[in-house]
Amino acid sequence: MGTNESLLSVRDLVVKFNLRGQVLTAIRGASLDLYEGQTLAIVGESGSGKSVFTKSFLGMLDQNGWVDSGSILFEGVELSRYKSQEEWRAVRGKKIAMVFQDPMTALNPLKTIGKQIEEVLELHHGLKGLHAAKAAAEMLGRVGISDPEARAKQYPHEFSGGMRQRVVIAIAMACKPRILICDEPTTALDVTIQAQILDLIRALQKDFGFTTIYITHDLGVVANVADRVAVMYAGQIVEQGLVEEIFYDPRHPYTWALLSSLPQLGVKHEPLYAIKGTPPNLFKPIKGDAFAPRNPKALKIDFEEEPPEFFVSPTHSARTWLLDPQAPKLEPPAAIRALRAAYERSEA
Amino acid sequence: MSDWNESEPLLKLDGLRVEFGASKKKRFAAVKGASFEIMRGETFGLVGESGSGKTTIGRAIVRINEATSGRILYKGRQINGRISKELDREVVQKIQMIFQDPMASLNERAKVDYIVSEGLYNINGFSSEEERKAKVEKALLEVGLLPEFASRFPHEFSGGQRQRIGIARALIMEPELLVADEPISALDVSIRAQVLNLLAELQKRKGLTYLFIAHDLSVVRFITDRIAVIHKGDIVELAQTEELFRRPLHPYTKALLSAIPLPDPRLEKKKRIVIYDPSCHRYDERGPSWREAAPGHFVLADDRELAAYRDEIARADAAEGV
Repeated sequence: MGTNESLLSVRDLVVKFNLRGQVLTAIRGASLDLYEGQTLAIVGESGSGKSVFTKSFLGMLDQNGWVDSGSILFEGVELSRYKSQEEWRAVRGKKIAMVFQDPMTALNPLKTIGKQIEEVLELHHGLKGLHAAKAAAEMLGRVGISDPEARAKQYPHEFSGGMRQRVVIAIAMACKPRILICDEPTTALDVTIQAQILDLIRALQKDFGFTTIYITHDLGVVANVADRVAVMYAGQIVEQGLVEEIFYDPRHPYTWALLSSLPQLGVKHEPLYAIKGTPPNLFKPIKGDAFAPRNPKALKIDFEEEPPEFFVSPTHSARTWLLDPQAPKLEPPAAIRALRAAYERSEA
Repeated sequence: MSDWNESEPLLKLDGLRVEFGASKKKRFAAVKGASFEIMRGETFGLVGESGSGKTTIGRAIVRINEATSGRILYKGRQINGRISKELDREVVQKIQMIFQDPMASLNERAKVDYIVSEGLYNINGFSSEEERKAKVEKALLEVGLLPEFASRFPHEFSGGQRQRIGIARALIMEPELLVADEPISALDVSIRAQVLNLLAELQKRKGLTYLFIAHDLSVVRFITDRIAVIHKGDIVELAQTEELFRRPLHPYTKALLSAIPLPDPRLEKKKRIVIYDPSCHRYDERGPSWREAAPGHFVLADDRELAAYRDEIARADAAEGV
């Protein structure tokens, strides 16, 4: 699937925000490669920085935020140097587009659906009048809306949640972007609708050949869509790898904890594994491994020194001292071992 | 008091119907006739998608929404419609609710101390200020919060802590039945497990009964003893949790189960989603009714469907060698 070409390459990205005179470091040196045609899922809890991270590829950071250091290379262009909205407009929406979480608020309630797609076509491709209307209706048909010409004349409130999300996807797709970023695209939807939207995005990806980034906290969605997974915690990518490597052979204690706390992997009438405490305060500098205070089996060095990126395979890496050759051997928790055993049985 | 005994259901819904809309023309039935029983100490799951009427049922039980017809019985006594003052007071105390969004369900301008004891004020549930303070302290400790949090405001807490405050304010009333409406869906993954564990532990310690309303079947499977599935105001199926997962009968239940996200790429990529098409039923003018397809396993079906479901069960049993 896809090539080994890196379409988007992020190196040591640091993003900061100024909040009432205090500086918050939202992204603390994250590196990532996005490969052509693949689907990458970025997993993390709220506040882990997953949304801020992807917004920095689009020049969509809030006014009080900035890229402090590091590089974002897209098609050979250094995006982190972009200053003006003019520069960003050549990328945002046109080459990198975004599907937002809540289809109830992402659309303008005062304009028809058709008009909202036409606006994008006009802005980026100069299409006008009938040409734009025709292209808009075609796009609506592509995302599975029946009778698109008539539906294009309707307003958002005349569509259900799932249908609205299809419209939002049609708007994002209108300019045939190279990268589609989906920020929790199904969180606000019912499970049966959720599955249909994921199938739609997959089908469109096949037809149009774009590359997808999913931002989500739902590991079920990740398992469904992802080729590669990046796990974020406290502004860092703590583990990344192929989807099978992350689910069947995770190495970072945070990934272990995240998987173990899922009710799907729990044993009924027994307490579920729960991660204690809350994520660290990003206003203050973090010493050592950011997850250490919540990790009951943290090593001494976890509190003192930040772990480097260790490679498990050419595609799989994690920032944890457990992977240091001198570290004690630690068995992953029971839920992880069970997941792996089920996988090995099915492979055998 | 009453002649209710433990072998009878703690809560019973009998043909509950809830309609909204002022004029006759615009009337809309959110719940079209729900019947089920919840036994004491049980965790009963009510599962459905948005707009199915699951929340309306919960709200009708705590009497936020008025029942249009049908009966809600608590310990054998009807609690909807006109009821005596004493019974009203008892129900206010004994049936409590936990809400979905802890960011929206706490009064931002009140301190935790007041938020947690508000219910007590309403029922004159204390005789002295010391007693009230002691009760607040106990409730906070029970949900894993520190007593000194009482003097703080909600904005000083994280989502998980706020949900704990929401649980404390229900617990302080010493309820028997807790209606938990999507209590963890607004929380982060790592916090969900903490709150689920807390609910399970409180149940064990206090013998609580839960009506757990949710859309996420994986959570419901983990925590409940029995599940009722609701679709567009109709309860379509009800069974023991594992029975429902092992052999779902109603096509809507099958669709819902097929769509559950699985944290396992191998299974998830093989997953086949069943889509529910209500026109598959072809009911005659009498329509379906509430039938028992196997002991304790109820389904909304007509005669023809019921026969097919029983057949399905018999074949499944034979295949498993029962």
